[in-house]
Amino acid sequence: MSTLNLLNPSKDNLQSNLYLGSFLVGISLLDVFLNSFLKLNITYFLPSIISIILPFLLGMFGLHLMRIEFSGIKNLDRLNKNINTNNFNAALTLLIIFLIIKAIPPVMSWMILDANISGDSKDACTGSGACWTYIKVWFKRFMYGMYPNEQIWRVNLAFIFLVVLAFFGFITPQKYRNLLTLYYVVIYPIIAFILIYYLISGGEFGLEWVETGAWGGLSLTFIVSFFSLIFCFPLGMALALGRRTELPIIKYVSVGFIEFWRGVPLITVLFMSSVMFPMFLPEDFFMDKLVRVIIAISLFEAAYVAEVIRGGLQALPRGQYDAAKSLGMGYWKMHIFVILPQALKLVIPGMANTFLALVKDTPLIFVVGLAELAGMLQMAKTNPKWLGYAMEGYVFAAIIFWIICYAMSKYSYNLELKYKTDR
Amino acid sequence: MKLKKILPQLATLFVVVLIFGFFTMNAQLNMENRGIDFGYGFLTQESSFDVQFSLIEYSGSDSYGRAYLVGLLNTLLVSVLGIIICTIIGVIIGIARLSPNYLIRTTAAWYVEFFRNIPLLLQIFFWYYAALRALPLPQDAEAIFGASYLTIKGFYTPSLIWENLDIFIYSVIAAIVAIVFVRTHAKKLRENQGKHLPVLNISIAILFILPLLTFLFGGVSVGYETPELKQLAKTSFKFEGGLSIPPELLSLVIALSLYTATFVAECVRAGIQGVGKGQREAAASIGLNRKQVLNLIIMPQALRIIIPPTTNQYLNLTKNSSLAAAIAYPDLVLVFAGTALMQTGKAIEIVSITMLTYLTLSLSISFFMNWYNAKIAIVEK
Repeated sequence: MSTLNLLNPSKDNLQSNLYLGSFLVGISLLDVFLNSFLKLNITYFLPSIISIILPFLLGMFGLHLMRIEFSGIKNLDRLNKNINTNNFNAALTLLIIFLIIKAIPPVMSWMILDANISGDSKDACTGSGACWTYIKVWFKRFMYGMYPNEQIWRVNLAFIFLVVLAFFGFITPQKYRNLLTLYYVVIYPIIAFILIYYLISGGEFGLEWVETGAWGGLSLTFIVSFFSLIFCFPLGMALALGRRTELPIIKYVSVGFIEFWRGVPLITVLFMSSVMFPMFLPEDFFMDKLVRVIIAISLFEAAYVAEVIRGGLQALPRGQYDAAKSLGMGYWKMHIFVILPQALKLVIPGMANTFLALVKDTPLIFVVGLAELAGMLQMAKTNPKWLGYAMEGYVFAAIIFWIICYAMSKYSYNLELKYKTDR
Repeated sequence: MKLKKILPQLATLFVVVLIFGFFTMNAQLNMENRGIDFGYGFLTQESSFDVQFSLIEYSGSDSYGRAYLVGLLNTLLVSVLGIIICTIIGVIIGIARLSPNYLIRTTAAWYVEFFRNIPLLLQIFFWYYAALRALPLPQDAEAIFGASYLTIKGFYTPSLIWENLDIFIYSVIAAIVAIVFVRTHAKKLRENQGKHLPVLNISIAILFILPLLTFLFGGVSVGYETPELKQLAKTSFKFEGGLSIPPELLSLVIALSLYTATFVAECVRAGIQGVGKGQREAAASIGLNRKQVLNLIIMPQALRIIIPPTTNQYLNLTKNSSLAAAIAYPDLVLVFAGTALMQTGKAIEIVSITMLTYLTLSLSISFFMNWYNAKIAIVEK
């Protein structure tokens, strides 16, 4: 029987090393856990500095003992390979685990245990945690802005219609698939515009007119990003093709357009749309602020879309162009049936990133006085009845935006896998 | 055939000219009607507004031109700080995403997913209105490292007081020049004779020794001034002296660098993954050691992939720094396109100057990038 060598653990003393190691790691985790969840310090008798770093030292030593290569125990090998390859990794592993254990109680108590959600005024918030009452009371404002309460059903109805119509693509029979592009690029935007114009804006069919200044909240985020997205895509495609043609005037106009919009920050573009653009229009010509903002964002994002599509066009091998030309196809036929379908497939990830950026950029419209979700938060935060709940509002908005953006990026990833063709 | 090429171009030209002409005509008419005259003369007029935070001397009696400069410098300050910090965080996170350690890998992945998917404006608001507002008042602040204070009114830390600062800066510049010289010489030596010089050690030595000499012989000396707590009124306290960083700058830099770091991390990860495994194996098989593999084979190829998209991110950070206007940090947009525009009413001039400034910044960086890309592109024979 070989002696137990603690400094150089080997397979000979597998059992004893393993037991001692996991015992030490267990102790260290237990210490941190009790300390964090129950405010107990089981090493209170030691000097404070040692008491703080003791779990770390114990854990390090335990992990060191457990680091036995080719032990033959499947789980231990996996553990060693994944989180315990060397001392440095072991230290980082321990620190991350400690951090998680330490962070859970305060976050939990702030968000759930000590939080309040009942009641409908500031007085209901007595706990030391978050005041979700604030979110509850302001929920309608955060979603619909200053849209009149009794008219909110119109916004809901419009969005339900839009979502239902958008799902047509998934249930169309194979026979009509060819028409889908036409539907999404031309018909759907027109329907969407009519819906929003007559239903949300109103003014006809006995519906009360609601000015765009009253729109706001998350629904405005959706409206702005929806229309900008629809407008920027065809424009971007045209610019990308324009940048790739051999006709010099078209090429340089496209290049100039793209480089200009890509070179300036969105906030200055919005400033331009609100203070400078009216100067460029005839005096009696009035254009709604929301329309100006949507045009500005569309032009801005179109430049980015154009660059993404250009990347896809450039990535296609020359053979594709040559093959299409040798079949006697003209410029438009070649692009519509051969080049663009392949190029657009290639740029799905880049496109998704651009659209994500667009959604994340919409809060900026608050600089021109349109209050979508982030803007409504700023408004609610300064309401004298509800001072001091900024944190709750931002956490709420962050969760909402995070879910939207994360879902979009996951969806684009799925699309990418679905349309992936091997060359 | 020729007509087919000329006609669409003429049509484009016609439309462009038409749009520009329409806008110019309207602008002229509008300005005549409102009695505004077009011109950049206002830049030399007295601005008569104050800016809270500026890197150069500025007061209300200075001109609008100087206000522009103050805003531009503040924008550049935020951008440079943000770029430095986001690079550090981004490189660490990017490498961590490739770690063999499952926990580190996942934590890094969650960091990226978390900060990337929340609008930057919201993050700036969060840091400024929620996180930094939870800091203590000046009188309750506890000292960090004995002399720095993190309070609700900003971060206070001792400032350095230099004597003969210019000599010190010259010595640093001289050191950098010397390092470049040593590097080119070492490269020549390596390529012609196969000799290796310890370039890194020599560079570090030069960088330390030359400035150190100025301390010993050049009359350069450094002192420091600590922030002191002053009582203004019964309950109002304030730190004076030292270096003070306003909370606006603090939250802007934190938010910008945490957000951009996620993109930098992705660039770094893609770059390292983009170097084929075969490269590493080939390098090992010709007998290079680990350090040589990393320095001579992996890094040069990975950097070629990493640098262009990362520069793009730096550019984005610079443009995103214009969000400063949302929390009243006096950057170019707030000072010039905000306050100055409000006072002068010269919408076209001011917005166009602001946009041109950002455009110049972006275009010069993108020209530099094109030049760099062409320079490092692999020339296939």
